[in-house]
Amino acid sequence: MIQLENVTKTYPGGQDALSGLNLSVDTGEMVFVTGHSGAGKSTLLRLIALIERPTGGQVIVDNQNTRRVKRRKIPAYRRQIGMVFQDHKLLYDRPVFDNVALPLIIAGVSRRDAGRRVRAALDQVSLLHKEKQSPQTLSAGEQQRVGIARAIVTRPKLLIADEPTGNLDPDLSLEVMRIFRRFNEVGVTLLIASHDISLIDRLGCRRIALDEGRLQQEVDPWQ
Amino acid sequence: MAMTRNADAVAPVRSSGPLSTWITRHLSTAIGSLGRLVRQPFASLMIILVIAVTLAMPAAINLIVKNARSVSGSWDNALDFSVFLKQAVSVSEAEALARLIRQRADIDSVKFVSANDALVEFKRQSGFAEALDQLPDNPLPHTLVVRPSAGNTSASLILLQEEIGNLPESDYVQVDTEWVQRFHAILDIVRQAIAIGAALLGVAIVVIIGNTIRLDIENRREEIEVTKLIGATNAFVRRPFLWTGFWYGLFGGLMALALVYYGLFMLEGPVAKLSGLYQSNIAVVSLDLKEGAAIIGIGVFLGLFASWFTAARHMRRIEPR
Repeated sequence: MIQLENVTKTYPGGQDALSGLNLSVDTGEMVFVTGHSGAGKSTLLRLIALIERPTGGQVIVDNQNTRRVKRRKIPAYRRQIGMVFQDHKLLYDRPVFDNVALPLIIAGVSRRDAGRRVRAALDQVSLLHKEKQSPQTLSAGEQQRVGIARAIVTRPKLLIADEPTGNLDPDLSLEVMRIFRRFNEVGVTLLIASHDISLIDRLGCRRIALDEGRLQQEVDPWQ
Repeated sequence: MAMTRNADAVAPVRSSGPLSTWITRHLSTAIGSLGRLVRQPFASLMIILVIAVTLAMPAAINLIVKNARSVSGSWDNALDFSVFLKQAVSVSEAEALARLIRQRADIDSVKFVSANDALVEFKRQSGFAEALDQLPDNPLPHTLVVRPSAGNTSASLILLQEEIGNLPESDYVQVDTEWVQRFHAILDIVRQAIAIGAALLGVAIVVIIGNTIRLDIENRREEIEVTKLIGATNAFVRRPFLWTGFWYGLFGGLMALALVYYGLFMLEGPVAKLSGLYQSNIAVVSLDLKEGAAIIGIGVFLGLFASWFTAARHMRRIEPR
């Protein structure tokens, strides 16, 4: 699903966020990326989401080389990927339902179909009863679950999450991870950046540790 | 890739018919944008009022010119002409001729001005009384002031003037249309000035709407970033702003129309009074359907142009960070 070949990302000013990174995530895998802040976790996800482009090397997502995705085609490309953010990135001027429906509206789904899918997505994060509320009235954990519902409402094959539990206490973190786990069980590929190693170890997933933009360590409990 | 969810769950994102989707999308965006304007009634009203005044100004001046033209046009039709008779024609002959002409169907009235009356009048008006007193005899001829009837066309008027001018008693027919022509030339200049002024005001409207949309975009920067992050195209994020521009233009145009009609309503009384004083039939010429539609159309066009221009410029710059 994801292949990185010798990927380098250099920001203006000369510091290397990623240098010569090789990485492969198979379809249906759930992989964690760990490392200190500044190790390149976010940069990796940003390259996959085409928020940035690599300075060197190839990033191939679902058999598409991101280098060949033209600027005009970026929106369509992003619609194939579900994204979850540390700060949720919800729109606070509209209720939960509208937030979750947004990717469908962007994709041109009819209102009627959208309603059904939004409720299905909210049901999966156990927030069906809060669809009419404003995100502001929700707790941090609930807001993150709304963010997750929005990421999965279009049923993407790939979900990327940048520190999704960064602002949550251990119990809520575990709950969020369990939700991710359930998606993984139905075939969604997940790439999650996190620094919560003890939590990751409890889930028993492959873990890639980055340090200063390089692959430092790879832990695969299955091997 | 293997998915084990039920059939419904793995169905790809499918949109209904492209046209109906397109219409539904626009409709909901249009209503959404309208809702935003309504939620800030004071700010929206201010902008709409500025647009309305800016549109109404050239429209009103144009209407004034149109009215001036129509009033002077009616003078043009019912234009009196003066027939100066030969010196040899006596008062009784002249009076007989006046009676004769008066009987014609294409003549409304004929006023006889004797040479003496004319001289008295001329002395009074010119201030040359003493100089004129030095003259051995009256140099002025008898004059008939002819008012053609309303049924005359401009062509039949010319024929009538020629016919009367060819009478043995008449020396010279004077048609005093020169001032009307000058007046029309002035109106043409005013009309040109309006066109230039209107173009400048149009630029002002574009700037006003553009600036408002720019602020709106800045206020919604985060929302735009988030929607782009989850796959919205530039066209998608631009759409609500285009509709905002459309609504500003539409309501601005409608209010401009209302202002012009209010102005006409206020003038109706005074014009009727003036009309009564002149015992004539001066009616205010209002906007016709085409002009009304043009005001609204220009408003909408400028609104759309301004918002499109602004949104296209700013939207590309806002990218997820």
